[in-house]
Amino acid sequence: MNVRTAELLMAIIMGVFSVYLMWKSAELEIGWVPREGPGGGAWPFWLSAGMLICCAATLFRWFRRSTPQSRSSERFMDRKTWQIFAITAGSLAVTLALVHVIGMYFALILFLLFYLRVVGAHSWKVVVPISVLLPVTAFFFFEGLLKIILPKGYSEPLFYPLYRLIY
Amino acid sequence: MEILDLLLAGFAEAATPQNLLMMVLGCVIGLFVGAMPGLGSVNGVAILLPITFLVPPNAAIIFLAAVYYGAMYGGAISSVMLGIPGASTAVATVFDGRPLAMQGKADYALVAAAVGSFIGGTISVILFTLFAPPLAEFALKFGPAEEFALMMLAFATFVGLGGDDIPKTLFSICIGLVLAAVGLDEISGQPRLIFGDITGFYHGINFLVLAIGIYGIGEMLWTLEITRGDVQVSQAAFGLHRIVDAFKQLKDSILTIISSSFLGYFVGILPAAGATPASLMAYGLAKSLSNTPEEFGKGKLSGVAAPETANNAASTGSMLPMLTLGIPGSPTTAILLGGMIIWGLRPGPLLFENHPDFVWGLIGSLYLANFFTVIINIAFIPAFVAVLRLPFTILAPVIFVLCIVGGYAPTQDMHDVWLILLFGVVGYLMRKLDYPVAPAVLAIVLGPLAERAFRQTLVGERGDVTVFIERPLSATFLVLAVILTIVPIVKMARIRARQRRAAEASGGS
Repeated sequence: MNVRTAELLMAIIMGVFSVYLMWKSAELEIGWVPREGPGGGAWPFWLSAGMLICCAATLFRWFRRSTPQSRSSERFMDRKTWQIFAITAGSLAVTLALVHVIGMYFALILFLLFYLRVVGAHSWKVVVPISVLLPVTAFFFFEGLLKIILPKGYSEPLFYPLYRLIY
Repeated sequence: MEILDLLLAGFAEAATPQNLLMMVLGCVIGLFVGAMPGLGSVNGVAILLPITFLVPPNAAIIFLAAVYYGAMYGGAISSVMLGIPGASTAVATVFDGRPLAMQGKADYALVAAAVGSFIGGTISVILFTLFAPPLAEFALKFGPAEEFALMMLAFATFVGLGGDDIPKTLFSICIGLVLAAVGLDEISGQPRLIFGDITGFYHGINFLVLAIGIYGIGEMLWTLEITRGDVQVSQAAFGLHRIVDAFKQLKDSILTIISSSFLGYFVGILPAAGATPASLMAYGLAKSLSNTPEEFGKGKLSGVAAPETANNAASTGSMLPMLTLGIPGSPTTAILLGGMIIWGLRPGPLLFENHPDFVWGLIGSLYLANFFTVIINIAFIPAFVAVLRLPFTILAPVIFVLCIVGGYAPTQDMHDVWLILLFGVVGYLMRKLDYPVAPAVLAIVLGPLAERAFRQTLVGERGDVTVFIERPLSATFLVLAVILTIVPIVKMARIRARQRRAAEASGGS
């Protein structure tokens, strides 16, 4: 996909999203309430309408080829960029999904092990200390100092001895 | 005299052991953050804000302001050593900093940057001290109508002065404001924009979710693409006699540094302008005023000192409207403003009356932070250079982890962390298509305040919309906002018409 096509697709997707936001805003009063001013949905409704107009302007400029993106025939993402993007965004999504199952700390350890070893191709001497120390520091900082409990999922029982240590 | 007393009290507040420790820590972290390619003050402040919940608001803002300050200094390090700006604010520093590094004079460039930053920071913080109290007093006259009009003016400056594609800038502002409207309608209490009936949307979209998404995840994706995880660090020699020599050579740049300080400060005050245009303008000014403009771009010390002076001065300047008017002067101050709201402090003129310890403690800390940063910076230049050798494939996952845990902490809801990822990915794709992201961050911070001011005014005036143009200050701000929005559109249309005429003329002949 080249940049010109990407510009078109983005404007269309954002235009459709604007319409959805307008429709969603209309669940509340979008008109003028006498002696009070705009209803609860008016603010987001008219701003979403503004978004739609901006998308229409971008599309108009795309047809007229008046922006640098609408004239560019370069690839939007070359192979290497796409690879970096897909691996990074994909591994982050998998990590977040894992948080719900095995908890934040173990998901982060797995993410760091994967990213540092597979993407960064670093030696185990670098990978293991970072992968372990960072989540452990996060644990003592958030749970010990800030008293913010991060999700543990099924790994909760493993933390009982640590709870006794910090609480 | 009153200002002097308040300032002394501010120094005393800033010099308490906890605040001093946070300030030095902030300076050091800021220097590292600024030195990393792809990371700037805005990324540092967005990612680190959640961890400041550990300390009281005074210490937290002092820490974050020091990060902001340190990052401005640190940006020069990667510009000079890698040829990659640490952040957009240090782009102009590359022009002469990189050639100096290639000539084996990286240390000269880094000293010029540090000294320029120090003088720029000092002059601007003095100007800040003089300007802030009268501006805050003036702003006490503002009611919700003026507040709303002023926010519209802030958004209009992005269109008028931002220099980005106008429809895309307006889109960015509107989407930020709409995202800020998610949650419960403050006046009717009804749920609003609850997508897919997901309960996570009931507490709204915290500005940090968008800021961490865009400036954490999105920025890392962007930098990974640019650097491909690999960077080349210049070799540099460091020694006391060379540093002393660099100081001597800087004598020729002193006028440039002073003029860049004033320019940076006043440009920094403007909401859409900030440190990046200030540094570029200072570079241009230094070049045009120089007797040897042809030497710029080939490794001239003034070419490094000018942008670095201006970006530091601008960072202080951008705090002026944030603290006195409640209107942030840059994306970083927008995040600081959002943080202050989380801490229960409403930036604006009343802050000077109700929380003088907070305001003057912050101002006092700016003086001290400036002093500490220049010392730490010059003393530890070799350490910062060593950090630059850290492969980006180590830094990036560490930042991702900070984004995930930092994004979870404020609301303790995984829903927000998923949104961070979504905003990061979409923000990255949109940035690739030149959609400016800073207006969206400013809008999500100011959105709830703007809507509240707008509707409060109308409820108070029984729905009479003419109040916005009947009140002189509000009308002035709105007229300026309209002018700022329309002028670039008219300009664009005229350029287009001229191009068409030229094309027709060449086609006809």
